[in-house]
Parts: sequence; structure tokens; C-alpha cells
Amino acid sequence: MNTHNTRVIARLDIKGPNVVKGIHLEGLRIVGNPGALARKYYEAGADELLYMDIVASLYGRNNLTHIIEETAKDIFIPLTVGGGVRKLEDIVTLLRAGADKVAINTAAIKRPELLKEASRAFGSQCIVLSIEAKRQAPGKWEAYTDNGRERTGVDAVQWALRAAELGAGEILLTSIDQEGTQNGFDTDLVSKIARKVPIPVIVGGGAGKLEDFSAVVAEGADAVSAAYVFHRDVLSIKAVKGALAEGGAMVRA
Amino acid sequence: MSQIVTVVDYGRGNLYSISQALRHLGCEARITSDLAAIEAAERMILPGVGAFADGMEGLRARKLVGPLKAYCASGRPLLGICLGMQLLMDESEEFGTHPGLGIVPGRVTRLPQVAGYKVPHVGWSPLVPASPWKGTALADLGEKPFMYFVHSYAVAPSRPADRLAMTPYAEGEFCSVLKSANVSGCQFHPEKSAAPGLKILANFVRNLQESAR
Repeated sequence: MNTHNTRVIARLDIKGPNVVKGIHLEGLRIVGNPGALARKYYEAGADELLYMDIVASLYGRNNLTHIIEETAKDIFIPLTVGGGVRKLEDIVTLLRAGADKVAINTAAIKRPELLKEASRAFGSQCIVLSIEAKRQAPGKWEAYTDNGRERTGVDAVQWALRAAELGAGEILLTSIDQEGTQNGFDTDLVSKIARKVPIPVIVGGGAGKLEDFSAVVAEGADAVSAAYVFHRDVLSIKAVKGALAEGGAMVRA
Repeated sequence: MSQIVTVVDYGRGNLYSISQALRHLGCEARITSDLAAIEAAERMILPGVGAFADGMEGLRARKLVGPLKAYCASGRPLLGICLGMQLLMDESEEFGTHPGLGIVPGRVTRLPQVAGYKVPHVGWSPLVPASPWKGTALADLGEKPFMYFVHSYAVAPSRPADRLAMTPYAEGEFCSVLKSANVSGCQFHPEKSAAPGLKILANFVRNLQESAR
């Protein structure tokens, strides 16, 4: 019996009061209201919600505290929050607002020790390293920051391995190349990371068809996240879970 | 009249989510580390996330070890959640051997490292009965309810009868819910486990465990 569970996560990219969506993390359009979408996905059986303040880096802070507080009042599944998380105090604020985990990208690239300090202070279980990976050459990906705008010179695969050693509890792996395209996940990228790191990997960027989900789970993804296909009702969470179960994964009904 | 549930605050838990879940069920969460409030409590939740030794230190620093033991010995209902469940045991092997509260006999051990399975175990996994659920916090949950887990260690109660539910993981299984008379514990987070998780909290609040008193 397969006892390895696979999670289906709905991602909400937030700008100001709205959920937005772009392509390659750019060209943003408003798609709806965070509260209404959160409720929709909770009722549809989403295993987790992922909130990203995608303009936070511009302002140097995360502006989702209020949205998370409201969500946590009547949505009883795990909430991960990212965007603009720079220091331990930012993590305290988000956890107090009802977040279960925080996703860190830019600040950890600038100072990897932050992962160690944060996991010591709050436990690895709530520290998610967010990697925005962009393909540079066959078999070679670079980690980017600021929603795929800024290069870092850091190799995405090496960074994933190092982050696990530093104490990250999970990795959120987003392919910039695939993000918003609906052309499928970057399975090559996932195959280089998911089975090499000892911690769970959430894969995002590129979901378009049901087969995309099964394909990336076959490469070792522990969880899959999608935004556009859920926002636009192209696919239902139930259908995705059905496809995963058919492929032999254990999912929550 | 709204039920009051005392939630022990020793600096190691997602208290906001637990209090929101209790509020949703029409209860009032009284979050406290006050000794008098703990002595007077009628129903208690011991929450917690993080490392075992650190959690015990949080209890010791607030002089809560003795009062918690006295509370449990008095027969009043207690539900430990995640680390809060693990702290009920004799000892844990997380980062060296550390003594726990010793309220339920048994140890806390690391999940085995098995190829293809990750530690921490993160995600939704099912509960399988180890003892009858009727009249317990797991009453009326249906077959194989899925709950949200995030942990690297699990409890191993010495007495098989203390195991209420098991969860299959990594080619084996671990005890995911324990019940020893008035004391219960769950490894997963009921406050993050959607409707079935809320049902467990509701059962606990409605005191289905009253029969044990």
C-alpha cells in the first residue's frame, strides 16, 4: 500500500487587496477576491492554501497580515504565506496572524543563515524555502528573486540541497519558464531536486492539464500547486485529485 | 452557554488557529499560563509545535509541569496536540534523550527513514482504528478520516490499549491518536484538518470522554 500522501495546493498571488495572475510571474491581472477564492478552494477540498504577496519585495514588507487573519477565522487547512519575509520578526507577525508556514526566497538567498535561525526559532515545519528557478542551459537552472526579475547566480539544485541542510522544512519550487503558461510543470527540474532532498517539495508553475499533475508527481513532487487553472475553473481540485489517485498517489478525498 | 476550553500557553503553539477553531464551534478559548487558571480548568488543550526539549523548557520556565500532572491525575479531560501530545510521554529521543511529563507511559521516537518517504511527514494521512472509537474524540468520524500532519517524531505508547488510532506511513505505522483514561492526544493538527478535524475538537468539547471519569 502506498502511504505517501500527495497534496494539492491552491496558490493565491496577492497584490494589494486582490488575487492577481500573470505569465512568468509578470503582466498581472486581477482575478478575484482573496476571501472568496480561499473559501471556494477550502470547500473544494484544497489541502493547503499558498498566499504570495508578489509586490512585497518592492516595498520590503509583507502586506498579507490582515488577509491571513481574516482567512484563519473560518478556513481550517494549513496556510503558507510568502513575499517580503526578511527577518525573524516578520515570521512572528505572520504566524501570529494565523499562518502555519512562511515561504522565504530573497532574504535567504542574501543570507542563507536566516534559514537556520528561523528553523531553530520556530521549527523546521514552518520554514519553506521558495525557489524561483529559470532554465539557463539543459540541466542547469538558476535561482531568481523578486518574482523572476532578479538573477542571483545561485544554482537552483545546489541551493535546494543546501537549504535542506540549513533547516528548511519544505521547498516550494516554482519554474519561472513554465509559470502562467499552462504548458505543464518543468519535470526535468523537479527530477533533479525532488528525490535528492530529504524534505518535501511543493512544485508549481505551468499546470494546464490533468496529466501535468500526474507527470510531476511521478518525478517525485510531494505536493503540487496551481493558480490559473483553479481560478478560471479550467480544472477542479477534485478532478486533479482523481487523476493523481488513478496514478497511484494517496490523496485526501 | 458557551463552553470554555483552557488552552495552555507556554510559548510554543499556533494558538491563533486553535482559538479560531474553538470559536467556530461556539466555544471560548481561554489562552493562559496562569497557574490558578490551570488549576481551575475543566477542559484543557495542550498545544505545541517545535522541538521536544524546547517545549519541556517552556513548561518548566512557567512552572507548569506539576500543575499539568495534577490536572491530569484529577480525571479532567485533556487533549494534547502535536508536540503537546508528545510531551505527555515518559521521554523523547529528539536531539538526545529528554524526559517528558510522564503522564502516559511510552516514548517518542523518530519516524523511520525509508526510501521514497520523507521526514518530516507533511500532509494528509488517514486514521485507522486501534481501539474502538465509540465514545471517544474520534466518535462518528466515518472510515479512514484524513488529517493534516507535520512531524518528524511520533509517540509509541507502552500499553497497546492506549493507542486509539494508527496512521500508516513509510511501510509501517505510528500511533496518531492516543487515549489513556481522561488524557487524549493527537499527532496531527485537528484545527487544520478541515471538517473531520473540527469534529474531533467538537467531540472533545462535548466531553464524550466523560465516561472515563
